[in-house]
Amino acid sequence: MSLEITNVTRRYGEVTAVSDISLSMAPGERVALLGHNGAGKTTLMKMILGLTHLDEGSISVFGATPGSHAARSASSYLPENVAFHRSLTGREQLLLLARLRGVGRRPADELLERVGLHRAADRRIATYSKGMRQRLGLAQALLGKPRVAVLDEPTSGLDPISRGDFYNLVNELSSNGTAVLLSSHALTELEARTDRIAILLEGRLVANAPLAMLRSQARLPIRLRVAARPEKSDEVADRLGAVRTSGRSIEISCLQDEKLGHLGRIAALESLIEDVEVAPPSLEDLYRYYSGGGSI
Amino acid sequence: MRAVFAIAGAELKIALRNFWVALAVGLTALFAAVLTFAGSGPTGTLGVDLLTVAVASLTTLTVYLAPLIALLLAFDAIAGEADRGTLALMLSYPVSRFAILAGKLSAHLSVLAFALAIGFSLAGIMAWGIDGKAGGVSETSLYALLRLWWTAVLLGAAFLGLGYAISSLARQPGVAAGLAIGLWLVFVVLYDLGMLGALVVDNGGFFTRQVFPWMLVGNPADAFRVVNMPTGEAVALASGVGGASKAVSHVVALAALVTWSFGALGLSWAAFRRIES
Repeated sequence: MSLEITNVTRRYGEVTAVSDISLSMAPGERVALLGHNGAGKTTLMKMILGLTHLDEGSISVFGATPGSHAARSASSYLPENVAFHRSLTGREQLLLLARLRGVGRRPADELLERVGLHRAADRRIATYSKGMRQRLGLAQALLGKPRVAVLDEPTSGLDPISRGDFYNLVNELSSNGTAVLLSSHALTELEARTDRIAILLEGRLVANAPLAMLRSQARLPIRLRVAARPEKSDEVADRLGAVRTSGRSIEISCLQDEKLGHLGRIAALESLIEDVEVAPPSLEDLYRYYSGGGSI
Repeated sequence: MRAVFAIAGAELKIALRNFWVALAVGLTALFAAVLTFAGSGPTGTLGVDLLTVAVASLTTLTVYLAPLIALLLAFDAIAGEADRGTLALMLSYPVSRFAILAGKLSAHLSVLAFALAIGFSLAGIMAWGIDGKAGGVSETSLYALLRLWWTAVLLGAAFLGLGYAISSLARQPGVAAGLAIGLWLVFVVLYDLGMLGALVVDNGGFFTRQVFPWMLVGNPADAFRVVNMPTGEAVALASGVGGASKAVSHVVALAALVTWSFGALGLSWAAFRRIES
């Protein structure tokens, strides 16, 4: 295992920030950590990195204790909202960090290119946009081929195209055997880009499984949205036994096994409708379901 | 060791680009020049060379300036990193905290030593130029100038250490800056004022004989003053606290200054080591 978290608890005074969490990650696995602000994501990450101590339980980073030289050599970190020193250039900053990691100049220059900063590399960081600083942060997290990469809100401040580029880098990392643990608020982008989803709620791990499994276990309704032809919406609603939600749109909620039956009846009304849309439960719905107290 | 050099290099670049170096060099050079020039008046009457007078004035100046520059360089060292989010990042790297602090210290100490060297050299050259052949610079006064420089670096090291300790404890640049100003006021201004007040009230009693010598070594700035107090014919030039400081020998004061430097740096190490990010 690249990362092994066993029954870890951390308290801040009266508040239990992380409560009895166990989680393990195999080499190359990509796990997304979801949770509200204050759910314990950052605390958990900081314990993995040895930046803060744990009250109970144990963590092993590629076989080493968090904070030990071996563990720090094996892991990389992208803090949330990292802003580097304004007076240094991107290249100087990355080169400094490369030296601290014991990596040469060449990998640093290559990484600047891979995150698309090569043209801005010799400008001061003061002139960078938030997205550019974030990409510099990503570049340093890729230095020296880490075994475990811990990325706190890595895509915040990135535009959709940069997000796509970022997940390509994550895939490259994981295909080289790096276990990637990342936290995110942007739920939609995680679909199909992570192997497993772990949901934290008030310091507890309420879900920890691949997305498909979370979906089937939650048994959340699928939504069918029917757009009726003009003047026909009441008739369509009547014949489908459904409610008109707005204007010409009619919505039906059903479970997976009822879906085809509903679609058949909708198709029979072809002359009255313009379109039909099928919306499976989104990650948002799942997240709401599991953080509402449903457990797996 | 490689990490120390890497961090020191980056910190030097930052100090250069933030104009800290220019500011430090400018301040010391300006004051050194002014004081040396102003000192060219009384030399004739006192019968000592110009540089000796200049060193006496420079001592008083350095007591204010070296701690100020040191605190300016140090207050942001840890708090600034915490504020930018780079502290957690650095601490997650396979680098010891000692190396991080040592890297910053070597850069900041170099800046300080360089600025003071420029200022003091300027004083020496000016004294030579103004009083040329007539011995504006004697061997003794050159030694005094050299001693002034390396003890000023020690004094700076003490305040760099105090500055790092503040920076580690405050965790926010604004708070650290406020604390640094307070620290400077207390050590450099208020401490001496209080001590002088007590001396006057005490009028040669218990305080003057028993407490005062300890108070002189209880503050790095005063220990520095005593170390650089002129000996022999030039004692008359000393004034204020310096004049009263015959109570402590040079050796004891030097020991106190060295202890302060290493003590303050040890304190900063203790404060930095405790940080959980």
